[in-house]
Amino acid sequence: MTKEIQEVKDVVIRFAGDSGDGMQLTGMQFTNTTAVLGNDFSTLPDYPAEIRAPAGSLPGVSAYQINFSSRDIRTPGDAPDVLVAMNPAALKTNLKDLKDGGMLIVNEDAFSETNLKKAGYAENPLGDRSLSKYEVYKIPITTLNANALKETPLSKKEAERCKNFYALGLMFWLYDRPYDVTISWIHDKFSKKPDVAQANELALKAGFHYGETAEIFRKHFRIPKAKLKPGVYRNITGNEATALGFVAASKLAGKPLFLASYPITPASDILHELSRHKNFGVQTLQMEDEIAAAGAALGASFAGGLGLTTTSGPGLALKSETINLAVMTELPLVIVDVQRGGPSTGLPTKTEQADLLQSLFGRNSESPVAVVAPATPSECFTMAIEAFRIAVTYMTPVIYLSDGYLANGSEPWLIPEPENLSPIAIKHPTDRTTFRPYARDERTLSRPWAIPGTPGLEHRIGGIEKANVTGNVSYDPANHDLMCRLRAEKIARIADDLPPLSIFGKPSGEVLVVGWGGTYGAITSAVEDLQKEGHEVSSVHLRYLNPLPKDLKEILSRFETIVVPELNLGQLSLLLRAKYLVDAHSLNKLQGQPFKVGEIIAGVKRFMTTKEVRQWPPNPTTRQAQPR
Amino acid sequence: MAPESNDPASPAALTRKDFVSDQEVRWCPGCGDYAILAQVQKVLADLKLPRENYVFISGIGCSSRLPYYVNTYGFHTIHGRAPAIATGVKTYRPDLSVWVVTGDGDGLSIGGNHLMHALRRNVDLKILLFNNKIYGLTKGQYSPTSELGKKTKSTPAGSIDYPLHPLSFAVAVGATFIARSIDSDTNHLAWTLEQAGRHKGSAFVEIFQNCVIFNDDAFKDATDRSVRPDHTVLLEHGKPLIFGKEKNKGVRMKGFGFEAVDLGGNITEKDILVHDAKNPDPSYAFLLANMELPELPVPVGVFRSIEKPTYESMLHAQIAKAKQSQGEGDLRKILFDTETWSVTA
Repeated sequence: MTKEIQEVKDVVIRFAGDSGDGMQLTGMQFTNTTAVLGNDFSTLPDYPAEIRAPAGSLPGVSAYQINFSSRDIRTPGDAPDVLVAMNPAALKTNLKDLKDGGMLIVNEDAFSETNLKKAGYAENPLGDRSLSKYEVYKIPITTLNANALKETPLSKKEAERCKNFYALGLMFWLYDRPYDVTISWIHDKFSKKPDVAQANELALKAGFHYGETAEIFRKHFRIPKAKLKPGVYRNITGNEATALGFVAASKLAGKPLFLASYPITPASDILHELSRHKNFGVQTLQMEDEIAAAGAALGASFAGGLGLTTTSGPGLALKSETINLAVMTELPLVIVDVQRGGPSTGLPTKTEQADLLQSLFGRNSESPVAVVAPATPSECFTMAIEAFRIAVTYMTPVIYLSDGYLANGSEPWLIPEPENLSPIAIKHPTDRTTFRPYARDERTLSRPWAIPGTPGLEHRIGGIEKANVTGNVSYDPANHDLMCRLRAEKIARIADDLPPLSIFGKPSGEVLVVGWGGTYGAITSAVEDLQKEGHEVSSVHLRYLNPLPKDLKEILSRFETIVVPELNLGQLSLLLRAKYLVDAHSLNKLQGQPFKVGEIIAGVKRFMTTKEVRQWPPNPTTRQAQPR
Repeated sequence: MAPESNDPASPAALTRKDFVSDQEVRWCPGCGDYAILAQVQKVLADLKLPRENYVFISGIGCSSRLPYYVNTYGFHTIHGRAPAIATGVKTYRPDLSVWVVTGDGDGLSIGGNHLMHALRRNVDLKILLFNNKIYGLTKGQYSPTSELGKKTKSTPAGSIDYPLHPLSFAVAVGATFIARSIDSDTNHLAWTLEQAGRHKGSAFVEIFQNCVIFNDDAFKDATDRSVRPDHTVLLEHGKPLIFGKEKNKGVRMKGFGFEAVDLGGNITEKDILVHDAKNPDPSYAFLLANMELPELPVPVGVFRSIEKPTYESMLHAQIAKAKQSQGEGDLRKILFDTETWSVTA
């Protein structure tokens, strides 16, 4: 029996289960197939910090959301259309997000008394009317999977581990996706365990065929290809794109990349990825701590390499001493901070963008560094190259601010042809008659990068203040004043090389939404929706946070209201207020989750109607203090 | 600093003077650092490497100013971090001869972690630890090597920190070359530095260095010329641990440790321990490192010198192997060599 296929434009699916259920893997496999089918998509993995929280418990729930579409989309979607819940805890923690009337697919077998108790359910929600506003499909996935695998030599426990592929197969059928991409992945992955490979394939196919034959789904869905710019695409996460960008930077500069790092979530994948590319001459060192990692990277820079260190917020705090040394010695160094919820250990696996002020000011004395931030997972590639271009051109540390959302989220990427990328020019002086360690380039104010092993250029640098030009140790008051100003001016001059900002929407009007980093997708979608509703709203997105683009001041002046959505308590808006004396309003969220499009729409509207409010939502403690 | 005007000569013709920088040396008059600096400069010439291939990296403290005074490439860095920074330099550029200059506070207190890991990784660094058992540059607080009960500005009632033995530490973390010398014993110091310079791997040298201002004569019991022959024993590979002005004393095994004995009567040279710097078992070096007055003489010389592949050589071997098996990295290949799909207009 062939069932009816209904064409839809876009769908948001969330897979949720226990952290041992393989939900991330399931989501990624669904994504890969979606990519190959030519839909646009955006993903949001959301997993606990514990490797394995107790099975069936609420903190142990791991989820993966994908938004895929025949249209151009920019976010993983505000609310799922479909929730796949592999156990009661997954249902309990995720149901509130499901759209009214949304499809709920549950593994009925997992709704045992023990699991219900662990999830805090007094009654089985599958048995009462609490789910009546959803389209509920109760499927005994564990049993069906076990039956499908009973001929395999796997133990009962091993067979049960394949149930995520059963669920995946079912979802493949429901959204009319072929399973061959995943089957070839399975055989690649389990090439040394043919029994496991065969079992996973069986489970996947069984799930798929169940959808086709069982009399529970009346129809299934098809999402046509998206109309993307012509070219060759791949699926990429922000961390992968960051790592590949650095490999590209090394090729473009004609120099080996040197990464010294200390493992930390959510930055570690960059270390993992770069460690695989030794045939590019990439040197990766896992150092004893964040301090050593920054130090080794700076040592490599001193020796003439592309010194790189990667971390997340708490690690950036430890690296600040070395970043200051790089500022003082005017050496190139790229520091990646994949921001996560903080302060301190904070929310290790959740996203935030609250390290902006730490990046700009978190060091002793006047210590200017360049700061850049990619806006989308795929843009991490170009911004990684850009970080090194700035670092070597201006002889400065560059902080690259990614975040957990960009790092783990994925989207289709129009792969650039390597020959279209511009080379990174690097000069090492060799002329001993003209060399002075702190002589400066007229345009960039950078000092020469003379490297050990060059005859006749022997010189000493270090953290003690240096006399301009000669580089001799200097405690002269006037020289220190001059050097502080020179170091600041050097960073300011980076703005000369920056592209003009592009305004999304009209060049002037009522509201300008200013964003930076990973909030780009949600902001742009929100602004687009507001424009469709007829509001005079535009947006600009900042990829360069220090220095800020030269045209920003003038753009800000053309709008009545400035709104700055940030996953912090108003760090960019503080900067804009201080630097440009504009009444920037803050739209804030600190929940370890990215903005939803709807939250930004609602927030911007709030500022349009009540101009006296400077921050939204207002601080809950002050709200309580107000008379009711 | 501007580069010195003299042309680099061929390495064979370099002398100590070629390693003197144009910077005025600013240590206190009488500081042991002057003697160490002079021997370092001499040894650099003796090692006959091109001057531009030497790199000196230091942390913070009086000793750490040394790179400014040596006419090579130099990097005066931050408290305790020199071993980490030097690890980056040496790993990125294995062709360079990288020297780390540190003190007991810098290397063993704030930088203890980095020192431990540089040594255990066997990065080919020459690490010179100037031990004066005091904080000099911060003006006289006790250090991790200060003796228990040491009265200083920060310990007016006496230090209650048990001191760390730098060489026991080095043995414990697996250093492949461990030596000790004395600032004022110029010939021995030069010889020791040269051994360190020729070692392939992490070389750790403790130098007893006298701080005339804050801890004068800290090592007097061992280093004073009048008592030195009786209170120190020279470690030379393959030679017995015989010491004393009259060469009439020796060190022999007793139980799990050592004892000092007088030669003569029943005790002959045959009973005396023969130094084996190449012993792969660290237990022996550990016992040597813990020899202390008054029971035992203080050993000077090379405690341990064993061979192990260096960190950077293993890393570069992995890179060479990857290039050989996968070919030189091709950007197009890693960008496109995955599941891709084409979108046509």
